[in-house]
Amino acid sequence: MGSHFGLSRRLPPMPDPNQKVEDQKVNRRNIIVVKINSADRILAGTDAIDVSQLKDKIKEFISNPSNDPNLPEKEVKQIEGYSKGTYPVSKGVISLQNDRGTSYQAYIAVQNELVKAVNELRDEFAMREFGKKYSALDEDTQKIVRDCIPQNISEAEPKDVGRRR
Amino acid sequence: MSRFKKGDKKEMPGITSSSLSDIVFMLLFFFMVTTQMRETENKVKVTTPEASEVVKLERKDLNAYINIGSPTLAYQAQYGTDARIQLNDSFRTTDDIRDFIAAERDARSEADRQLMTVSIRADQDVRMGIVTDVKQELRRCSALKIMYSARKPAK
Repeated sequence: MGSHFGLSRRLPPMPDPNQKVEDQKVNRRNIIVVKINSADRILAGTDAIDVSQLKDKIKEFISNPSNDPNLPEKEVKQIEGYSKGTYPVSKGVISLQNDRGTSYQAYIAVQNELVKAVNELRDEFAMREFGKKYSALDEDTQKIVRDCIPQNISEAEPKDVGRRR
Repeated sequence: MSRFKKGDKKEMPGITSSSLSDIVFMLLFFFMVTTQMRETENKVKVTTPEASEVVKLERKDLNAYINIGSPTLAYQAQYGTDARIQLNDSFRTTDDIRDFIAAERDARSEADRQLMTVSIRADQDVRMGIVTDVKQELRRCSALKIMYSARKPAK
């Protein structure tokens, strides 16, 4: 039987070779780099952590509850259809880097944790604002939640992160 | 005195066969409904990793499958045990992905082409190197909608 479940992703388009390399200026505090090396060890930001801790770290990173200056800034955005009009949307981006020797299982486990973190934040937001879980909302309301809590996961250009420089 | 006589000769009633056809048809329909045809023969062994946050794919017909894994026993003598890519029915390399994507695009209607998703079905034991190569090739073909096949963990 074929399996028709999975984690959906969008790849970034291939950069045009003629285009000048412009480093997108992303503020340092707005980005968290999650690296997985060839021994499947995870480095999130600056500390090595276990997969089980990753979700909470990402949640804290995105939501930044105490407005810590080291965690991502928030941009007050106009959300279409939202009753309160604006919401401080986090500008946090999760950058995922892996080694060629990383096992696929570890990679999916990390991807799963990242998605789980975002899903839980969406659920919490939906509970707070609409009194329902995200999945129980209708299509339009789900879009509002998605706009308020975006899922910004970037799969970086492949690099050998495991190698010593 | 006994009212119940044992000595009576009773004939064993014959089994009515009139409901036999009902049962046979019921079984036939049951198997017809539940059977899923496998579209392609698997030449690589794929056990997808577990993930709890999986989403169901809405439209199966919009999917193109790329299988990555080590060849099954029957093919190991020929191809070894190193992870290989299987497109449709045969072993391929990353260079063939471009043609594969083009063919899959052509098979879809104009409106569906944008929605086509490439499903990467990789074995949990493969290394990311080969998966990264596939991803890079997909980016070059601008097939950007992908899905990492995974299964729900058994509860």
